[in-house]
Amino acid sequence: MRALSLLVLLAMALAAPAAAKGIVADVDDHLVEIRTDFAGQDILVFGAIDGPGDVILVMRGPAGRVAVHQKERFAGIWVNAQSIEFDDVPSLYGVASSRPLFDILPNEVLDRYQLGIGRLQFETAEEEPYGIGSFRIALVQQKRKQGLYADRVGRVTFIGETLFRANLHLPSNVPTGTFLIDVYLVRDGRIVDAQNMPLVISKVGFGADLYKYANARSIAPRFGYGISAVLVSLLTGWLAHLAFRKR
Amino acid sequence: MLGALLDWLLSFQVYLPIAELSVSVLLLLGLGGGVGFLSGLFGVGGGFLMTPLLIFIGVPPAVAVATQSNQTVATSVSGVLAHWSRDNVDFKMGFVLLSGGVFGSLVGVALFSILRRFGQIDLVINIAYVILLGSIGLMMLAEATRALRRVRRAQRGAMAPRKLHQHVWVHGLPLKMRFKKSRLYISAIMPIGIGFVVGILSALLGVGGAFLIVPAMIYLVGMPTSIVVGTSLFQIIFVAAVTTILQSMENRTVDVLLAFVLTIGSVIGAQFGGRIGARLPGEQIRFLLALLILSVAVGLCYGLVATPDDLFSLQPLMGSR
Repeated sequence: MRALSLLVLLAMALAAPAAAKGIVADVDDHLVEIRTDFAGQDILVFGAIDGPGDVILVMRGPAGRVAVHQKERFAGIWVNAQSIEFDDVPSLYGVASSRPLFDILPNEVLDRYQLGIGRLQFETAEEEPYGIGSFRIALVQQKRKQGLYADRVGRVTFIGETLFRANLHLPSNVPTGTFLIDVYLVRDGRIVDAQNMPLVISKVGFGADLYKYANARSIAPRFGYGISAVLVSLLTGWLAHLAFRKR
Repeated sequence: MLGALLDWLLSFQVYLPIAELSVSVLLLLGLGGGVGFLSGLFGVGGGFLMTPLLIFIGVPPAVAVATQSNQTVATSVSGVLAHWSRDNVDFKMGFVLLSGGVFGSLVGVALFSILRRFGQIDLVINIAYVILLGSIGLMMLAEATRALRRVRRAQRGAMAPRKLHQHVWVHGLPLKMRFKKSRLYISAIMPIGIGFVVGILSALLGVGGAFLIVPAMIYLVGMPTSIVVGTSLFQIIFVAAVTTILQSMENRTVDVLLAFVLTIGSVIGAQFGGRIGARLPGEQIRFLLALLILSVAVGLCYGLVATPDDLFSLQPLMGSR
């Protein structure tokens, strides 16, 4: 399947005569399904460029609002004291590149495109509260610890001069929703072309149904979910008793 | 060789749809089995052990608590059936406890969702656990030590005749009811009150509350020890069931799949625990249980007081402004 896709691309690359686009890329599967046996997954991004250059891939999960709490000692106990809310925080952020980022692009470009987890910018609701810097750093560090932010989720490797491929790793706790993968072509310290493509991560099957009922907007399905949960437990408890009853 | 086998077994992962993480099935079965073993040994539900353990392996506290209520239903059912076959359940007392318990659960779930909104639910869960387990553990330890001494003295001969139960002020309250099975004629207010308090804790902490009901019914109400356990299990089924439904409706934090896998482990573990427990003398069991409860309390207390590895924590918020 993957080999076939690469072949198709190879054909495309060879056939494309002085294409207007400097880079074309695709994902082997635009839908990642989370089933009950999901334990993380690698997705394959492949493509071609129209001549020598470097390639950077950036994967972003749907953005949302996140509160960062800081603990302080209060009467001997550590409690959540100050907290700052950040907007537009990507639920997942990962970069893959053909060479280390700082070797391919100057700092100001990396900053402008927010390439690398150290360069991400988050909006705050309040205007720059005191000590916000440490909260920003903490946010990135926590996300990193959870395996959701990474500077190297994979390596972009070249096959010949124009074909490239990269495996991007999605951790088992990957958030769901529509992801965006940006692909950049870099030459001489400048981004010369870019493309983006969506990637949908969604729960399917039994687990998805459970989630749907458990989080339904109206109360009736949630009531049904609770009742079913109790019935399952009653049944397992009863079966367990039957199984282990002393005869 | 063995390591490879273990790796292979551990590689079976299950994605928990509500907790939203992927955990090894074997780990969950092991947790369920271990806690089930202890609960069979000591005749308690084990929720007070399981909830902190679930939080430890990364399940969000709110999900751990609500899911634990769901699992408690299953373990209590298999427990109560065993006690029923030995005719050790006072159904009338159970219903009286339950009438307070259901009301308590309502209050508890409401409290739970308010605290969650303020981002302080984890702290409250932890502090409540420390206070509750600490005080019960200490009381049980003191009582069990006294009982162990008494047994030793009795073995030497002299044994003072013991009253069925002490008459205290509690028995003087109005609304008197006769409980034939428990050989009691007492006010219903006390058991209703105990049920109410335990119902709140059940919702807030995800515990069945046997470790609270059992001593309270023995020491405050004077119920015979043999009947207390079965009766408390009987009422816990209903309170845990109501809590599960309310948590599903209000906080959406019950993970059926997690509860199911834990239950499988725990019912098996409980069988082994129960068999060993039946061979140990009651005083020793109570002594060991007191130590276990105290060590959980000390562990949780350390978690509150010790400087955390990370002062910062993240909380995803619904929607954007």
